[in-house]
Amino acid sequence: MKKKGSLSTALKVFLSIFFSVVVLLIIIDFFIPKDPHFRWEEYPSFYAVYGFVACVVLVLFAKYVLRPIVKRKEDYYEF
Amino acid sequence: MSFSVPPAALFIAGAFLVVFLRGMPRSFLLLVLPVLSLLNLLSISDGIHWIIHFMDYKLIFGRVDRLSLAFGYIFTMISFIANLYALRVDNNPEHTAALLYTGSSLGVVFAGDFLTLLIFWEIMSIGAAYFIWARRTTASYAAGMRYLLVHIFGGFCLLCGILMHVHNTGSIEFGYLGLGGLASLLIFIGFGINCAWPGLHTWLTDAYPEATITGTVFLSAFTTKCAVYALARSFPGTEILIWIGAIMTLFPIFFAVIENDLRRVLSYSLINQVGFMVVGIGIGTHLALNGATAHAIADIIFKALLFMAMGAVLHQTGKINATEVGGLHRTMPITCTFCMVGAASISAFPLFSAFATKSLIIEAVAAGHMPIIWFILIFASAGVFHHAGIKIPFFTFFARDSGLRPKEPPLNMMAAMGIAAFLCVFIGVCPGFLYSILPYPVDYQPYTPCHIVAQLQLLFFSALAFTLLILAGIYPPEMRAINLDADWFLRKGANVLVWFITKPVSAVVAKINDAVTDALPKFLLWFGKNPPAALKIGADIIVYNFTDRAEDRQRLEKEKIIYPRDLLYPWSIGAAVSSVLIFLLIYLLVYFLYYKTGAA
Repeated sequence: MKKKGSLSTALKVFLSIFFSVVVLLIIIDFFIPKDPHFRWEEYPSFYAVYGFVACVVLVLFAKYVLRPIVKRKEDYYEF
Repeated sequence: MSFSVPPAALFIAGAFLVVFLRGMPRSFLLLVLPVLSLLNLLSISDGIHWIIHFMDYKLIFGRVDRLSLAFGYIFTMISFIANLYALRVDNNPEHTAALLYTGSSLGVVFAGDFLTLLIFWEIMSIGAAYFIWARRTTASYAAGMRYLLVHIFGGFCLLCGILMHVHNTGSIEFGYLGLGGLASLLIFIGFGINCAWPGLHTWLTDAYPEATITGTVFLSAFTTKCAVYALARSFPGTEILIWIGAIMTLFPIFFAVIENDLRRVLSYSLINQVGFMVVGIGIGTHLALNGATAHAIADIIFKALLFMAMGAVLHQTGKINATEVGGLHRTMPITCTFCMVGAASISAFPLFSAFATKSLIIEAVAAGHMPIIWFILIFASAGVFHHAGIKIPFFTFFARDSGLRPKEPPLNMMAAMGIAAFLCVFIGVCPGFLYSILPYPVDYQPYTPCHIVAQLQLLFFSALAFTLLILAGIYPPEMRAINLDADWFLRKGANVLVWFITKPVSAVVAKINDAVTDALPKFLLWFGKNPPAALKIGADIIVYNFTDRAEDRQRLEKEKIIYPRDLLYPWSIGAAVSSVLIFLLIYLLVYFLYYKTGAA
């Protein structure tokens, strides 16, 4: 799944563009007039932090909590 | 108006016609029917049409208003796309099922009364089950059976609810109900089963990935969206729907992250997207109902597009598990592009459809000051990008190189995906057109700098989390495995039920059977030979049990041996008369007591 050690050049270019956009979004955030419904929407980069945390929580929960509970062999229901 | 026909009629007539056609005429029919149907819808005026009097009730086949028309338009449009995608399927029953299924979906949407609704509702289940069986695998046969059983149960709930409703109110009008009383609750649950509510959802994730390649495209469009329509019609503003919907957006994303079958990943994300619509219906404001309708329309298109792209992969490689595909962008670049358009749309990227539709619902949640629901929906938005937006295209077309070098799918499949992809972008770029067909006037502008940046931040940082987790090797590897879901209770529960019936219940029944057919007649036969002596033996058994005297035992044994003869002396006349008198007295007492209480 992941290429250990050696990332291809195309991937490196893609990743550097991606990381630049990520940084750019944080910077832009300070210059955008906000139209919040909730007060936390005014916090700088609220959506960035929430999105990141949400996905990490999602993956960790799915991997370490849900999968051990529900994972079975593919022929589980065949008897 | 004068040239129009009931919306369901065209497709249902086509379903019977297609049986006799092959080759070009069949293709022509499959593509022309949706076009005719759209023209038909455009020519119908608002109001109630095609009323048939049936017993004391009016069956209405054309209740036309902005809500039913919005669903009617999208159903017709997606049937064109799906028929185009399925054009090369050389199995006429499958086309019949498709047209029947499409037609009855339109029948549900335009039904003005519950009886018509119910009839079309049931036809839908049968058409849908055929798509699952048509895959012709052992797994699909079993999944189709489970699908049908669940939907028969749902239809039964609906039927009971409708009968009670008609009994209570005398009206069969399919309109606003609201929750109150058992009748509306049963109808609510009947709708909810088709809507894939949490716990009632497993028919969807169980059966859709087992259906045929083209069948899943149809399935993803109609059943759940008809339920969304029915809920929007009968239960708008029902508060519990907000919570049901919020849970629907939340739990499937966890399953989707660890699921291996990519069409099952999409099935989970289908539940997730329907959850947003259910939240909108639960809120019930004009903004929210517009959002639910708009998102249903957008979802039908992008979900069909994603299922078509995954279907194309399955069609070309015969494989659909994330562990078996990968790196397909080399030889399927166009399918890959279409898939990514679908992924961007479901993720609500700016310029793609869900950005303009899902935000209506989230705006309605914010306007209703529901912070917890809001947090759940934003979490689910990040999650859906994670599993449907990134995982699907990444594991199929990039990630590792599976060594597979499939060609692009046939032209008709490409064209169908192309149209769907165009519509996804079109809705995203020009949301005004979609907004203009929604049930209520729309006063909302999705493209504000604040909204764009917020959404981009959410998505890019979700992607950042994905990237970092993959690079760090923490992201859960795809595994050849299945994941249990709520259907475990049904599938294992069924085994327990079978055991319970074949073992303890049948043993008890056998005992009762023996007693009734064998022991009881034998006893009556024995008893009938000399009832007084038999009674005497019974009495002596009781006496002996209390006294435990040797002489009593001896007498009892003797009585048993000489039976049916007895040791009794004939009764004296005086004893006989006095016993008759005693019975008369009891009779009189009973009579007078009854008479007195009866008179009082």
